[in-house]
Amino acid sequence: MSTSVEPVERRLLLLSGQDNVVVACANLQRGDVVRMDDKDVTLSADAPVGFKIARRDFASGEKVVKYGAVIGSTTAAIKRGDVVHLHNMKSDYLPTYVHDDGAGFTRR
Amino acid sequence: MMRGWLRNDGRRGIRNVVAVAYLVECAHHIAREIVLPFRDRDVHLIGFPGCYANQYAYDMMRRLGSHPNVGAVLLVSLGCEGFDRRGLREAIAATGRSVQTIVIQATGGTRSTIAAGRAWVEQARMQLDAQPTVPVALDELTIGTICGGSDGTSGLTANPAIGRAFDRLVAANAACIFEETGELIGCEGHMASRAVTPDLANEITACVEKAARYYAVLGHGSFAPGNAEGGLTTQEEKSMGAYAKSGASQIVGLIKPGDLPPRGGLYLLDVVPDGEVRFGFPNISDNAEIVELIACGSQIILFSTGRGSVVGSAIALVIKVSANPDTYRRLSEDMDVNAGRILTGEATLDEVGDEIVTLIEAAASGQQTKSEELGHQEFILTYKSFEPIGPACLPAA
Repeated sequence: MSTSVEPVERRLLLLSGQDNVVVACANLQRGDVVRMDDKDVTLSADAPVGFKIARRDFASGEKVVKYGAVIGSTTAAIKRGDVVHLHNMKSDYLPTYVHDDGAGFTRR
Repeated sequence: MMRGWLRNDGRRGIRNVVAVAYLVECAHHIAREIVLPFRDRDVHLIGFPGCYANQYAYDMMRRLGSHPNVGAVLLVSLGCEGFDRRGLREAIAATGRSVQTIVIQATGGTRSTIAAGRAWVEQARMQLDAQPTVPVALDELTIGTICGGSDGTSGLTANPAIGRAFDRLVAANAACIFEETGELIGCEGHMASRAVTPDLANEITACVEKAARYYAVLGHGSFAPGNAEGGLTTQEEKSMGAYAKSGASQIVGLIKPGDLPPRGGLYLLDVVPDGEVRFGFPNISDNAEIVELIACGSQIILFSTGRGSVVGSAIALVIKVSANPDTYRRLSEDMDVNAGRILTGEATLDEVGDEIVTLIEAAASGQQTKSEELGHQEFILTYKSFEPIGPACLPAA
């Protein structure tokens, strides 16, 4: 991926280069076509402002990265362009608390 | 021009409030009735509901009664509750403030206590209104920050914009306080790297580990259903966004509720109780955290909200920063700043950070905040318990 072009269009926000999810900054709807990493994708569900959209395909049990930091793990297979939320990911801390020293956290 | 009222301890208040404090829930109604006719004249209701006040409750009430924004205090006691009302009155009187205690059981009941209380407040109000003002500079301000009703936009717009404002305020030598260690789970490694000494770094790490243990016992963190409706999925995701409020300055101290920052700089407030889980959630609502920030001397609270909180506070000013442009449209009458403009490309983080600093200066010059205009004076104080901070928490400058 070239770093000289914007990796996502302006209705989306990529908070950190390593992130595997992007954030909707407009109220996007199922069927809307958005552009990520020079490829179009059709949204499989509504993504209101602030919701996360998968930047790539995931298997169940993979780490979800936002702000350059791990924010939890997937609990189901997820396709690029799917909304990522409670139905397909969970916290690595609570309620099943696993301590992590936070080393993966990178400030924006 | 920023102006305020000089207190005996050298601190300056940017409001000159008469605080009416009930010392047990049984005195709450009467205290509220005393305040009612003065609701537009900077007379605020505070209090502690429990009959068996512990050290935390006492320390909090002492700090609130001697807060720089408070000029006079009326204590309303039923008479038989456990609160050390004489100790509290003497502690507040020692700060040079006018303070009076009314005991309901000795005053003749509801009507006569309300009448006596209102008469005292009327003369206290006149006395405070005659006090001269003095200039106030940014380095005389203590500013706290909190987020409430967070959604997926909080960590993108309002929180980092508050972080930019904090950077400017810390550079001007104001004391800035961020908190909610339960919402910093996952950020401890990065936070520790910003500590001014290695010992302080260890204290910060230990305090987040304490929060994680505490929340593990409770079964979940400070994650409300509304957070998920706004697109946030996990505690650690919320943490990353919340952490952005702290900006990029060095962290110079770790304090607990009621500790006063000894000088300007950025402080972390540890709000999670020490010891076994005893009294339930660390803070049962946003205002419980706001009260703790105020007990640390905050004259102004920067409140970041995604879903849209409407609260203000007794004693201190609340500046509400709306993260989500949709929320701002719906609740503009309650919002002081529209940080959602960052998302729509109409403003940068730095511009909104500057706007927040400008609003702080205006509020400290007498301009009312939205929640103040609307009469919001929320207040809540419940049981908690803390051990004193260790010597590594406040490294000498």
